[in-house]
Amino acid sequence: MITADLTVILPEVLLAVYGLVALLLVAYTGKDKMASALTWLTAGVFVAIAAMIGLGGGGAQSAFGGMFMDDAFARFAKIAFLLAAAAVLVMGQDYMQRRDLLRFEYPILVVYAVVGMMVMVSAADLMVLYMGLELQSLSLYVVAALRRESPKSAEAGMKYFVLGALSSGLLLYGSALAYGFAGTTGFAGIINAASGELGLGLLFALVLIVTGLSFKVSAVPFHMWTPDVYEGAPTPVTAFFATAPKIAAMALLARVLHDAFGAIVPQWQQILVLLSIASMALGAVAAIGQSDIKRLMAYSSIAHMGYALMGLASGTADGVQAMLVYMVIYVAMNIGTFAFIMSMERDGRPVTDISALNLYARAAPGRALAMLVLLFSLAGIPPLVGFFGKLYVLRAAFDAGLTGLVIAGVLASVIGAYYYLRIVYLMYFGAETEQGLDNSRGGILPVVLAASAIAMVVGVINLFGIESAAAFAAQALLN
Amino acid sequence: MIGLEHYLGVAAALFVIGIFGLFLNRKNVIILLMSIELILLSVNINLVAFSSHLGDLAGQVFTLFVLTVAAAEAAIGLAILVCFFRNRGTIDVEDVNVMKG
Repeated sequence: MITADLTVILPEVLLAVYGLVALLLVAYTGKDKMASALTWLTAGVFVAIAAMIGLGGGGAQSAFGGMFMDDAFARFAKIAFLLAAAAVLVMGQDYMQRRDLLRFEYPILVVYAVVGMMVMVSAADLMVLYMGLELQSLSLYVVAALRRESPKSAEAGMKYFVLGALSSGLLLYGSALAYGFAGTTGFAGIINAASGELGLGLLFALVLIVTGLSFKVSAVPFHMWTPDVYEGAPTPVTAFFATAPKIAAMALLARVLHDAFGAIVPQWQQILVLLSIASMALGAVAAIGQSDIKRLMAYSSIAHMGYALMGLASGTADGVQAMLVYMVIYVAMNIGTFAFIMSMERDGRPVTDISALNLYARAAPGRALAMLVLLFSLAGIPPLVGFFGKLYVLRAAFDAGLTGLVIAGVLASVIGAYYYLRIVYLMYFGAETEQGLDNSRGGILPVVLAASAIAMVVGVINLFGIESAAAFAAQALLN
Repeated sequence: MIGLEHYLGVAAALFVIGIFGLFLNRKNVIILLMSIELILLSVNINLVAFSSHLGDLAGQVFTLFVLTVAAAEAAIGLAILVCFFRNRGTIDVEDVNVMKG
């Protein structure tokens, strides 16, 4: 009995044990001197666990009396954010080391955040959901404040903590109501209770839970922490925030909405439509005035979350598939973009001001070209992969009859294209300035940048087969 | 006779006080931490009241988890607060404003 349960959660157990053992070993031996090796090792462990999950296969298995669910949907999300976390760890390592930021706690905190994500996407019970979400969030609060001596980083940690704790509180209050009115914390019980006549209690629970999770995916109007945290946190940490936790939170939202509230799709559909339109519109408009590229990426991520929510709002298997494809593409683009941002420096100091990119194409044509491809892809310009992500969600929403949402999405993407193209304009046709950027160093960053840009071009052939895997995952969630 | 509604009423009141504490507070960050505690405790009252009403233990188990996580959360919040104070020499909410826009 317990052995069977443990087999199902083996990847989570292995990763948690790895985190504990690594923490003890490094704390007793080299401490920060071993941080670099530990970062590489952790990235390797992430890839190994992802391979283990991917090769494991099999159907849906539930464990611990139906509290934990390991199905194709959870496996898809887990593989996606494990690989994203590994990529971010590897590419941030050199940046952090040169700025004396690479403490051994960093990779270990990332391990715990990832364990939390793995638990929460597999949750089939409100308690498991809460524990996973908190493990992830608590690790991320600390990581945001990693640069202890910087007022900005401490402030980022503070803002993230206060608003994150508020969102957990809202989610919990909703969970308590769901428990009270459904009589159980299991998703299977809640969907039974909700499928009859929907009481006011469960409706409140639904609204509060969706609100709490919207904070985590930074959907408007619960986005206010995002720009400050993105700007204040060290760039590799920002890159991490923009990738793995976003996939996990989006997958969790899909899991809760379909597994626990799948019987009342029209009720939550209207909430998601509103969140989606608001996110796309604000993300597109507010980014225009930004001069800091990290803040700009924060608004960009808000807009992209709006598109992912559009897929989810359609409430169909196609919608979930579109959301998953969109998230994977978004993360692949973001990893490349942040590799570029990390390589922006002047006299060895990081620069995040967009004006520093004036005529960058003359200094480094190759990198400027790769960034151009990524920015075009982020803007959703065909024939790059980013366009197909948008096409998928728009089509899913259109098929579900949400024509108004589709029109809003297209309009927002036109407005949003402006600020991506502005960076391209600066790089190629900007004004002459005294202060350019340093000639970039070699290492891992250009490799990641190039790989991401090439993936955006080559991926149009078959999207690397993500599409069918996502379809399989979406089927597993809806049945 | 005190019934389920009374407990839910108290919990809802505490929850709203907590939320307002977060948004209306202009003094210092410790009060934010207290408001967060208040929100989590209101949830606990809810869970225990429902648990007793339904005759089901799951709610009380959930409460224990929430209490544990709340303790960890407070520890991390205070740690970040100390870090912030060392940098800025103040914990006024008004001063949490290096970044804007």
